[in-house]
Parts: sequence; structure tokens; C-alpha cells
Amino acid sequence: MADPSNPPRTSLTTSTYGDQRTIRANKSILERSLNKTRGAEVSLNAQSYMFSEMLQYAQKRVNGIQDLEKRMNEFGYRVGTRLLELLSWREKVPKRETRVLGVLYFIHSVVWKALFNKQADSLEKSTENDDEYMISDNEPLLTRYISVPKELSQLNCNAYVAGIVEAVLDGCQFPARVTAHTVPIDGFPQRTTILIKLEKEVLQREELLK
Amino acid sequence: MSVYYFAIVGATDNPIYEADITPSSRSSTLIDISRRDDHKHLNQFITHAALDVVEEIQWTSQAMYLKSIDRFNEFFVSSFVTAGNVKLMLLHDQKSEDSIKNFFNEIYELYIKILMNPFYEKNFPITSQQFDVRVKAVARRFL
Repeated sequence: MADPSNPPRTSLTTSTYGDQRTIRANKSILERSLNKTRGAEVSLNAQSYMFSEMLQYAQKRVNGIQDLEKRMNEFGYRVGTRLLELLSWREKVPKRETRVLGVLYFIHSVVWKALFNKQADSLEKSTENDDEYMISDNEPLLTRYISVPKELSQLNCNAYVAGIVEAVLDGCQFPARVTAHTVPIDGFPQRTTILIKLEKEVLQREELLK
Repeated sequence: MSVYYFAIVGATDNPIYEADITPSSRSSTLIDISRRDDHKHLNQFITHAALDVVEEIQWTSQAMYLKSIDRFNEFFVSSFVTAGNVKLMLLHDQKSEDSIKNFFNEIYELYIKILMNPFYEKNFPITSQQFDVRVKAVARRFL
């Protein structure tokens, strides 16, 4: 699973006095190139391990499934705000998204590609409500090794990914409530749908901008 | 002789970073300095008023660099809106669009690096000395 974080590597520089080699670590984060970790990957075991620790940490401090999902959502939110800016900057032509469909497409392709090295499996608009959209993933990588006990069958740990999506939407000024739901279909028992419910103001603005 | 006032405004319209920039090619005379001091308090006010214009314009274009969006007497306000709706505002009295565009792009990169810090929350004031030094260096290069 690709992840935009890497431990800083030290660099070797030759001094002006012949073959002397000096090791100089980046003195500050402002010297690091933003493209350094572009395309970098993190092993799934390492990520799953850290994710399981995050879950256990949160589980001790909550009472209830709703609360746990909210905590994971908050974890993901912090990642999402940074991911939005970083991925926008790394695009060939940095631009902002001003339409709902534009942001959703950005999430569906660029964000998913950066996180999971593949595009999301589907982007749908709900037929019942105007303000609901769904992004689905047939095999969510993050929760592949999580088996949820029967008492917590309502829990979907992809609330973390939902948090990332919510942060991207919030950053682009499309406030919404984002939740993750398990919707198994033939062949994909772990299929997860991220449900995005946009706020009223967003729809009003879309109407004005048409 | 020109004076620049640069501000980074967060998504919740709060100033995150401010800097008064004196350009590299200074022909600083006493008259210059006294004139600059007169207008310092005005800079914040003009920039703040320009935020309204940014909000209107940002929905009409997908570009990040919004060029010169507002004018006050002889001052221009140029703006750059990032993907996360953080606004970089520059108050200036000359109109060299290209150099200002490069300036904004460099500052954008620096801002993202600060944002990547897990201990920095979005919309918090930027207090890093290093950042301040680098912004002034970028300003000297492009303005």
C-alpha cells in the first residue's frame, strides 16, 4: 500500500578536501523535497500492524461502535488534510476542484491511487437522495486482515478511509458526512462502500454555479 | 521603491503568517522609510478587505494563481489559493505577474512542507523561524 511517509534518509556529501566524506542529515523538514516519497510504498504488514495498534488504542478509550468509528474518522481526517495538499501539488498542473463531480473524481482516482495503488472500484450517485454519493472498494486493503467479532458486526474499520475522504472534501470546501459501510456482493465479501452525504450549502452553491 | 506585504490566510480567514518584505533592489532613502511606516497599518486592512473578492473569484476558476484581484489607490492585491483553501495574499505596488507567480509557487511548496509536520495543525499560526528565513530568501529572489 503506497503511503506518503518515509523515514528521512541521510545523504553523503564530499567535502572540498579530497576524499573526506561527511554524512549530513537534512537539517530541517523545509529542505526535504516533496517529491522524495512520490510513488514510495509501505509494506502491508507494517501498515496493518500500526493500524491494529491504532484500533486497540482507540478501543480502550471509547464506549460504543459509533464512538470507535468517530475516532478512526478523526485519525483519517488528519491524514486527509495533508494528502489533499500534497497530491494536488504533485499533479502535473496543480489546480483546485470547484465542482462536486470534480472532487469526487479526484478522490476516486488520485487519492485512491496514492493510498492503494489502484483506482476505487466505483463512483455512484444515489438515486433516492440528491446529496448522497458512494465510492466503493471491492477489496479494501487496509482491513484485509481484520476479522470483526459478531458483537461488533456493525463496525467498519474503513472509517479511517472515510475520514481521509471527509478531510479532502472539507479542504475543498465541500463539507459532508462520510461513513463506511460493508456491502458484500457476489465474489467480494469484504466490499466496502464509502457513503458521502453532502451538506445543503454545497448543493445550493452547485445550483448557483451551474 | 516598492513595499510588499505578504500574508498567509487560513481556511477560516485567520492570518497564519505575515511578513513585511523590503525588495532586494532597494534605493532606500529616508523618504522611503517614512512613507512605508505610514502605510504599514493599512496593509492588513487592505488585504483583509480583499479576502471577500478572493472568495467570489475562487469559484469561477480552477486555477490556483488568481493574479491581481483587487486594487486600492496605488496598491494591488494578488492572491494564490491552495487546494486546501489556504490563501496566500500579496500586497504590492508593481505589476510583474510572472515573478509574483514564481514567488507564490515557492511559498506554496514551503507551506506544504510545514503542513506535513504531524505536530502542525492546519490553520494554526506558523511560528517556525526557518520558515520565516526561507520566505524572506524567496522574496529576495523573486521580488
